[in-house]
Amino acid sequence: MSDGKPVILPADENSFRLEAYLSRGGYEAARKTLLEKKPQEVMDEVKKANLRGRGGAGLPAGSKWAFVPQTGDQPKYLCVNADEGEPGTFKDRAIMTRDPHLLLEGIILASYAVGIHTAFIYIRGEYEAIARRLEDAIGEAREKGFFGRNIFGSGFDLDVLVHRGAGSYICGEETALLESLEGRRGWPRLRPPFPASVGLFRAPTVINNVETIANVPLIFRFGAAAFVAAGLPRDGGTRLFGVSGAVRRPGVYELPVGTPLRKIIEDWAGGPAEGQAIKAVVPGGLSAPFLRPEELDVPMDYESLARAKSMLGSAGIIVIGDRTPMSEVLKIVARFYAHESCGQCTPCRIGTTWIRKIAERIGAGEGAPGDLDLIRHLAEGMKGKTLCPMGDAAAFPVLSIVDKFGKELRETISR
Amino acid sequence: MSFSLSAAAMKRVEELVRRYPKKEAALLPILHVVQREKGFIPREAEDWAAATLGIPPILVREVLSFYSLLRRAPAGKYFIQVCRNISCFLAGSEDIVKHLEARLGIRAGETTPDGKFTLATVECLGNCDHSPCLMINDDDYGPVTRDMIDGVLKGLA
Repeated sequence: MSDGKPVILPADENSFRLEAYLSRGGYEAARKTLLEKKPQEVMDEVKKANLRGRGGAGLPAGSKWAFVPQTGDQPKYLCVNADEGEPGTFKDRAIMTRDPHLLLEGIILASYAVGIHTAFIYIRGEYEAIARRLEDAIGEAREKGFFGRNIFGSGFDLDVLVHRGAGSYICGEETALLESLEGRRGWPRLRPPFPASVGLFRAPTVINNVETIANVPLIFRFGAAAFVAAGLPRDGGTRLFGVSGAVRRPGVYELPVGTPLRKIIEDWAGGPAEGQAIKAVVPGGLSAPFLRPEELDVPMDYESLARAKSMLGSAGIIVIGDRTPMSEVLKIVARFYAHESCGQCTPCRIGTTWIRKIAERIGAGEGAPGDLDLIRHLAEGMKGKTLCPMGDAAAFPVLSIVDKFGKELRETISR
Repeated sequence: MSFSLSAAAMKRVEELVRRYPKKEAALLPILHVVQREKGFIPREAEDWAAATLGIPPILVREVLSFYSLLRRAPAGKYFIQVCRNISCFLAGSEDIVKHLEARLGIRAGETTPDGKFTLATVECLGNCDHSPCLMINDDDYGPVTRDMIDGVLKGLA
């Protein structure tokens, strides 16, 4: 941050303490904004920065906030989605571990813009150590008067609570997250009404991903124009690209939105692992359709990946090398979604289970000639037919494997 | 109801119940407190949690049977979760599971007869740049190797 560019991850890995954050200019943006700007001006600035959601759907953050009705004194809530369950995704872990105060400052700014006085951070149960780090950071900030009553002497009150999940992928889906936070099973809700009008405890609620909120202070520290300049005109800022799988240097790489996928894999992650060539790449968490090696020049932004018939999703890049049979990949994908289907909608509950059984049969060398068509039929039967996007999330990767790697799978079946 | 917690845990429960706009939202947090102290959620704790929050016991059971981190039976002192999802699979997680099964003399999903270790295979732990990865209680390990596992197991009393 010291070089004057909007960057989320500090270079120093021991940067999570409040003193370190303050020495980087931390909480100054929140202080100035709360004392000098009206909430509407804050919202306008975020809209100008073209900050798009980092969780997967990619809605503009500013307009998501604007959906919340600005009338009356009824409570409103912010829920920060730190569930991070999408396989191949580990970027929010990096933010919360290395820069928790950036997230907290973002929570202050977002809450102020929307008129929210209680914020929740819903963090996956497995991130217990990270939840403790967040609690420590909140304690430090509260001691300085950055949370509680009359923040910065602005008259604005805000509290933030860390709420741990307990092991459930579906709770990363925003309405399942609300159900879970209210003390129930993580069963997604029927929409409409959308959470912006009827959300947590039936009150208007903003739900944003950790990385989305962590970007907000940067907009105010550097200005909306600088933020846009760090990414693309319609998709501002950087992205935290998590690269894992068959590469030489797995890790989180913070790069401009729109950086080509091949460049991230080759230049930053060191290229394919020793002795392997790339066979397939998942560009945005396991729910994103697989890409073939000749499709890797795509820029990593929402629109470019949609044109490539995949999706940017959580920007978790998984590289599969040519030593790995696609039948094994298919089996793991199918098993994951069957395990995580919440069971509420029949197409997803039954569809994922049957696809898992067929994928396991193929993996065990007992596949039947019509199996790929059967998988395709079942996946098509889930797409768009469930309450939440999980039906699609389970269908997309499976369909892309069957379509793009059908020749190899047919050879496996006929062997 | 024959369920009780330590004074410190009860104090924590009271804080948790107070901090939500509706107290039933404290269900997952108080179940975490119970599991931390008891190692699992005993049957009596279900009625206790329901009474504490003013909800029907069946709602507690619904939640217990939904979330994979909540246990209705005791587990080993060390709860080992090995990730088996895609990035860890690519890095050799199947071999890690086999090695742990051989070292502990149990299959995934089981607990050693001395009650020391429970071995579980789980979906993505969100630590994919350290694959193959696993967790022992709250601690992350990765990338793990057979040798490293042997060393870690030796150090666990």
